[in-house]
Amino acid sequence: MNRTTHPPGGRPVLDRSGAVTAAPLPARTPSRRRPRPRSQQWAAWAFLAPVTLYLALFYAYPLYRNLDLSLRNYTVRSFVQGDAPFTGLKNYETVFQDPAFGPALVHTVVFTAVCLVFQYVIGLALAVFFHQHFRLSATLRALFLVPWLLPLIVSASTWSWMLNSDSGIVNAALHAIGIGPVNWLTSPSWSLTSVIIANIWIGVPFNLVVLYSGLQSIPSSLYEAAALDGAGAWRRFRSVTFPLLRPVSAITLLLGLVYTLKVFDIIWIMTKGGPADSSTTFATWSYQLGFGNLLPAFGPGAAVGNLLVVAALVFGLVYLRVQRKQALA
Amino acid sequence: MNSLHGRGRTRWKTALGLALTALMLFPVYWMLNVSLTRDQDMRKSPPDLLPLNGTLAGYRTVLGEQLPYLGTSLVIGLGTVALTVALSAPAGYALAKLRPRGGGVLGFLFLVAQMIPGIIMAMGFYAIYLQLGLLQSVPGLIVADSTLAVPFAVLIFTAFMSGIPRELLQAAQMDGAGPWRTFRAIVLPMSRNAVVTVSLFAFLWSWSDFVFASTLVNGGAHEPITLGIYHYIGNNNQEWNAIMATAVVASLPAAVILVLAQRYVAAGVTAGAVKD
Repeated sequence: MNRTTHPPGGRPVLDRSGAVTAAPLPARTPSRRRPRPRSQQWAAWAFLAPVTLYLALFYAYPLYRNLDLSLRNYTVRSFVQGDAPFTGLKNYETVFQDPAFGPALVHTVVFTAVCLVFQYVIGLALAVFFHQHFRLSATLRALFLVPWLLPLIVSASTWSWMLNSDSGIVNAALHAIGIGPVNWLTSPSWSLTSVIIANIWIGVPFNLVVLYSGLQSIPSSLYEAAALDGAGAWRRFRSVTFPLLRPVSAITLLLGLVYTLKVFDIIWIMTKGGPADSSTTFATWSYQLGFGNLLPAFGPGAAVGNLLVVAALVFGLVYLRVQRKQALA
Repeated sequence: MNSLHGRGRTRWKTALGLALTALMLFPVYWMLNVSLTRDQDMRKSPPDLLPLNGTLAGYRTVLGEQLPYLGTSLVIGLGTVALTVALSAPAGYALAKLRPRGGGVLGFLFLVAQMIPGIIMAMGFYAIYLQLGLLQSVPGLIVADSTLAVPFAVLIFTAFMSGIPRELLQAAQMDGAGPWRTFRAIVLPMSRNAVVTVSLFAFLWSWSDFVFASTLVNGGAHEPITLGIYHYIGNNNQEWNAIMATAVVASLPAAVILVLAQRYVAAGVTAGAVKD
């Protein structure tokens, strides 16, 4: 069980694995609702007032500004003076008709799908492997967190140098086994692959940790029973591990989807979306439009960004539904 | 049981585990190796696998040029931690224990808030800060960076504080403590683990932030280390030992946190499972 546990009389502590599973929403916790005294309602909202104000000022308002940006024709001057004319959905039209739209869509889908599949498969394989008992298992598993904890600029610059065409270690290794140099970051046919590789490396630890905590909640008696029935390792994985892990897998994949969809740093730092837009996704395109040029196109940039918000929210709501269903189950 | 056979098998697994970890951490090793490589060996083909002719020149450059950036990042990181904890711990308490009407909606909004791409928030903040004159300011960046951590923090605090036994709070109430006193004297001290987890992540995320930094404080007097590295790569793609030395130094908080607080990290990943 990965619940917060209280030893009798002691303080609540995280359990052995140190895991608190996804935070229960107050609405979901079985509410033995007696009507609360009015004074307590007041107290509750006094405690919530700062964060509510914060939510309004620093989430809702920027989002509103962003929506507003996407519906007006902004120039640098009007941006400062705030008198940009309202143009309705013109910016969205511009974006849809832009020749960069199709490729950006394809890159976003490919980037997200490929990263997701590899991160999940590698993460699951590692989680199953580290779930076994052997010396150093816990220590090594902890070390696997390193790529996830590093600042993205660090990972991205390290990969940039490793993938350097002339002096990179990757091409040196390929050369050693007789494969010619690959222009990882400078050739349009490889740039997307390069950023995908780097992003998979960063995402594996997350999948490993979450799936590992899922494995821990599968009762070992099931494995013993399966073993008694003569099931081999692969059969046990297929008939016990994988089905019982399905809820955790669903959450992992959905969260991975939402996060991968908005990956920006890695791509921008490694390739700036290039060469020739070959690794441009919606996230980098939006930034490119808004901040990447001398003459910023805030309106279209915000429009692209809002498309991304819609996509993220759609999958986010799916995530919430799945989570809620599981909480009820 | 066949223990001899068993031991042989676990030794084999340990070896495989070590090999996999080495493979996974190779880029980290490579960053260290390059940071110690001499300029003249940088373009060698094939590259040296060990820094046998190591130099600390890269690190000297870091200390000479990047210290102000590191200092700024430290200030921003600590500011973000303080703001995040101050905002979310009381909120977590209210959502977990006082159960206000409408609290469920608020909790839902925090889940949704985590789904919004950072780049979108950055654009909105840019538009607002431009008007308020907050661009290129440290407080402005602290506020923006805190948006990465606050929703996650509220959820962690709520989850953690729901586990505090109600009897304890009721006892305090009997003794005449109001909600604020109960929070200060009982709930907060008991939530130390949650405070640590939240602080770690708030610090780490603000320390690593690149999107807000490059949109909101780019070119200003106070830039964080992520921009320090970014400019360094842009202006100078020769001295990779210095770039990688900066990267190593910028990774230190992550390394320290991993060594000192590994179980909080694991808790944070599985709990909120949020990273921007």
